[in-house]
Amino acid sequence: MQPDSILTTHPVSATRRQFVRSVIYGGLAFYGLPAFARASKPPLGHVVIVGAGFAGLTAAKYLRAWSMGNLKVTIIEPNPQFISCPQSNLVLGGSRTLDQLSFAYDLSRKQHGLHWIQDSVTSVDLVNKQVQLARGNLSYDRLILAPGVDFNYSKIPGMSAPVADIPHAWKAGKQTLQLRQQLESMPDGGVFVMTIPTGAYRCPPGPYERACQVAHYFKQHKPRSKVIILDANADITSKKGLFLQSFNGAYQGIIEYHNNSEILRLDAASKTIKTDFETVKADVLNVIPPQLAGKVAQVAGLNNVDGRWCEVDFVTYASSLQADVHIIGDSISAGLPKSAHMATSQAKVCAAAIIDLQTGNAPNPLPVFANTCYSFVDNQQAMHVANVYRYDPAKKSMVSAEGGGVSAKASVQEGEYAQAWAENIWADTLT
Amino acid sequence: MKQIYARILWACIAIWSLSTHAEDSSATHTLAASCAACHGPNGNSLGGTPTLAALNQAYFVQRMQGFKDGSVTSTVMHHHAKGLTTEEITALASYFAQQPRQTAHALPHQSFLGAQ
Repeated sequence: MQPDSILTTHPVSATRRQFVRSVIYGGLAFYGLPAFARASKPPLGHVVIVGAGFAGLTAAKYLRAWSMGNLKVTIIEPNPQFISCPQSNLVLGGSRTLDQLSFAYDLSRKQHGLHWIQDSVTSVDLVNKQVQLARGNLSYDRLILAPGVDFNYSKIPGMSAPVADIPHAWKAGKQTLQLRQQLESMPDGGVFVMTIPTGAYRCPPGPYERACQVAHYFKQHKPRSKVIILDANADITSKKGLFLQSFNGAYQGIIEYHNNSEILRLDAASKTIKTDFETVKADVLNVIPPQLAGKVAQVAGLNNVDGRWCEVDFVTYASSLQADVHIIGDSISAGLPKSAHMATSQAKVCAAAIIDLQTGNAPNPLPVFANTCYSFVDNQQAMHVANVYRYDPAKKSMVSAEGGGVSAKASVQEGEYAQAWAENIWADTLT
Repeated sequence: MKQIYARILWACIAIWSLSTHAEDSSATHTLAASCAACHGPNGNSLGGTPTLAALNQAYFVQRMQGFKDGSVTSTVMHHHAKGLTTEEITALASYFAQQPRQTAHALPHQSFLGAQ
């Protein structure tokens, strides 16, 4: 007897085949769909989502849940697992391992009946509504792009392409471990230099949190070492007062903050950076490159704001250039912090709007959502910035509501809240 | 033939329940979902923050109004409560009161594969 499916390579009995089938169909019937919806065209159409980070995965989950399974959702994601950027600076500080921030996609996939293709999109045919993959074309009714950020090395004088031993570690993964290893092998008395780009970048407080984490590690293990921040911006861009409390308090004599310090010349071989004011030589160099919308948004030609970010309508997250392509997360131009919570909040508004559009209803014209973002200053203490944002139709943008703000100071209690935030947003995104 | 009618009936029920669902609470369930980052899926916290699912409606309103007018002190929540309208607080209270308490799925931790 020949096996009748790719599920097994062993010959199977009729009973076993029936069992396998009923398990498959049982799984598909999870959302209580009528049979025709599975067998033929899904009643509300097919949404293809490019990218399974916080934004893309959240959109997938809520599209399925809120449409009660009446939308088919396919995710295209090249990476085999989910690595959380939030808390990845703590790997550098030594209080987290990358394993603690790594998750399997399987549960989310099964739980929500997602179709999944592990691949990258090479081009988008906006006219025929198809994305092209290495293995062929895929048609969509609506497309969601959630590719995160891409790096623009051409803007770094002297480092126009990535250099193997100068990690960015701005996407959690291999480079996070590489940077941690470089810090571990650096002798006491060494200098860690981090550069921060101008303009919007992923996680506004992230670089300053990183400086605190590296300083925390130095303070315990290499107390004669220094952290030099070369910030191309005129000032600290997020939680300024709070970070200054750490820079001038616990980390005085370790962290040096230099503003308006754009890279004029970088020599990768000697890890030396020249700015308007000084020439700094690093033992460990961490260049956070200038950023722009993820590659697929560029390939689709939808990065229409300064050639960097994508302009969208904040009611539906549709591209201003293409009504049936929605863009969420770090790739959009919003004047909003590029954070994980923001990405998930946008994803939910987008998912609700797509279901309305596909059912012929008008989307909620006045979306409201929250953003909470914690930064750790050591292994225990954290601080927050929290705001409600609401859509302002006159300004056509999401505007911060009254009453938002930051912590009075970093605390252990907020460190516990920050951990709770991480576990809950992971659960919301990944289960 | 019978089967086809059954399927059409199913489709009608699905579309009908979907549209009433959307009318009732699309704006509220989207706003409520935004709370999940700290308070867990459908208000079911994994710990460290209060579970909002099945929380008493009046208590929710009392706490949130307190954070909003400053009569109840908080570490973080006043920054959210002050940004919400009284109507939004009432709608969220009603939404969360209706959510069932559920045991959260364990997070799908996996060791780093190193492929990226």
